[in-house]
Amino acid sequence: MFEKVLLRNAGVPGSERIDVYLSRGGYQALPQALARTPAELIDMVKRSGLRGRGGAGFPSGLKWGFMPTDPAITKYVCVNTDEGEPGTFKDRQLVEQDPHQVIEGVIITSYAVGAHRAFVYIRGEFFDGMKRWVKAIADAYERGYLGRDILGSGYGLDLSVHRGAGAYICGEETAMIESLEGKRGQPRKKPPFPAQAGLFGRPTLVHNVETLCNVPHIVQRGPEWYAGIGTPKSTGPKIFCVSGHVNRPGNYELPLGAPLREIIFEHAGGVRGGRAIKAVIPGGSSTPMLTPDQLDTPMDFESLAQAGSMLGTGAVIVIGEGTCMVDVTRRIARFFAHESCGYCAPCRVGTRRLAETLERVETGQGRPGDLDLLAGLCEGIQGRTFCPLGDAAAAPVRRSLELFRGEFEAHIRSAC
Amino acid sequence: MSPTRQVQDPAKRAMLLTALYIAQEQYGHLSEEAIQRVSARLGLSPTEVLSTASFYTLYNRQPSARYRIQVCAGLSCHLCDGAESLERQVRQKLGLAEGQDRTKDGRFSVETVECLAACDTAPNLRINDELFARLSPEATDALLDRLMKE
Repeated sequence: MFEKVLLRNAGVPGSERIDVYLSRGGYQALPQALARTPAELIDMVKRSGLRGRGGAGFPSGLKWGFMPTDPAITKYVCVNTDEGEPGTFKDRQLVEQDPHQVIEGVIITSYAVGAHRAFVYIRGEFFDGMKRWVKAIADAYERGYLGRDILGSGYGLDLSVHRGAGAYICGEETAMIESLEGKRGQPRKKPPFPAQAGLFGRPTLVHNVETLCNVPHIVQRGPEWYAGIGTPKSTGPKIFCVSGHVNRPGNYELPLGAPLREIIFEHAGGVRGGRAIKAVIPGGSSTPMLTPDQLDTPMDFESLAQAGSMLGTGAVIVIGEGTCMVDVTRRIARFFAHESCGYCAPCRVGTRRLAETLERVETGQGRPGDLDLLAGLCEGIQGRTFCPLGDAAAAPVRRSLELFRGEFEAHIRSAC
Repeated sequence: MSPTRQVQDPAKRAMLLTALYIAQEQYGHLSEEAIQRVSARLGLSPTEVLSTASFYTLYNRQPSARYRIQVCAGLSCHLCDGAESLERQVRQKLGLAEGQDRTKDGRFSVETVECLAACDTAPNLRINDELFARLSPEATDALLDRLMKE
């Protein structure tokens, strides 16, 4: 059985408290990291194969390496706690149940890239998470893990929490930076990438909460140990958030590459009511659906890309037989129409038209050309927007139309 | 950039989201006066403050009901008989007509919100800052009964 890494403290009474974290071996990676040079740490993370857990899967070591090494340049690290991808609830659990694990990751990461100031951006709706962050940071300061001269190393870091105010798009790193600057959360044009010019125009490294949680373990147990978990290209543990029509919804930590079938049946207890599976969304609602014949797909970046989808955030939404897929698709499309920031016309207008058209088809008001209209709208959005939200909105609709065309056609004749 | 335009202080500007939260708490909602005060304090034009505030869903331009009910419309809640079915139940219980989102006495308001990141405990809704999870129709009924009696 796989020994939990990231969720090892979750469920332990008082796991959010610094004393419990310390008693379970917490903050032991930090002195080890501070005894190394930043270049050594960047090399370790590169060798570990760690990739971003926020959805894009970009190699973290490479991202660290993009930051300028000149100590005279002010640099920032941002902690993305703006979890909002429908189906995803791992970062909320990590922050609420083990905030010090995240903080330890932030300190090591900031030291490695030479940042002395780090910012947490938390989703405005996460009231409990906000309180946990504030308390954990205060405790970390009190014990000397934050502030000037951390553990007598001469290295200092300040960390503060900033509350978002309700906008999914702020999970996109440049939108998050805009929001931290007190502006509308509209994504920036890249380049320049945040590593060149990010928060307040300074080089900035943005990481997802789960990504940062891996860092102390890589330092403590070594990159070789870490790279031994998962597949050669998708290394390490991953938290899979399982929800929808399953008996035991929840967060399950497994090595990357665990088969989807095992996650659903062995861990999440199978489908409710013993129903058959109709479709599975593997990585949050922006990732295209998989069909029951794809249940043996290993849950890693490469295998899911090969299966025509994405690992995304690892949010597995199971859809049982008997579910109306037009309705599911409509719900997904409405989300993106609501969350489009409105900056790019293809996304602003396209997502609205998708949602409207699907609403019409779902309620039996569909018109003969509607399916072609939907396909055309997807075509008009994909690849034509500043940020990935456009693609995220179009890809699942497109896949759904391909997989369940008959159902959509039947709906145009009459609603279910 | 016109030479008369004031250069913004980025550190002050970065305080805007926090300042709006504080103003909202003090005034109950972001009234005209609240917006004016925030803009004066941070040296921003009221239009700029309003433009930013309107981008985010957690800032209210109108006074909130005592119980602001936000039903999670996320896909997982939707699959677990929450979202629209839950919203329907809540609206029916509160006697809200089609298109009406607030009870006549102003105590309850109902709206849907996007995924609250609690899909493992679907279906969910939030009342003010508290999350209510795993809501069966009976549990929803009991919850609303309790609040309506208060």
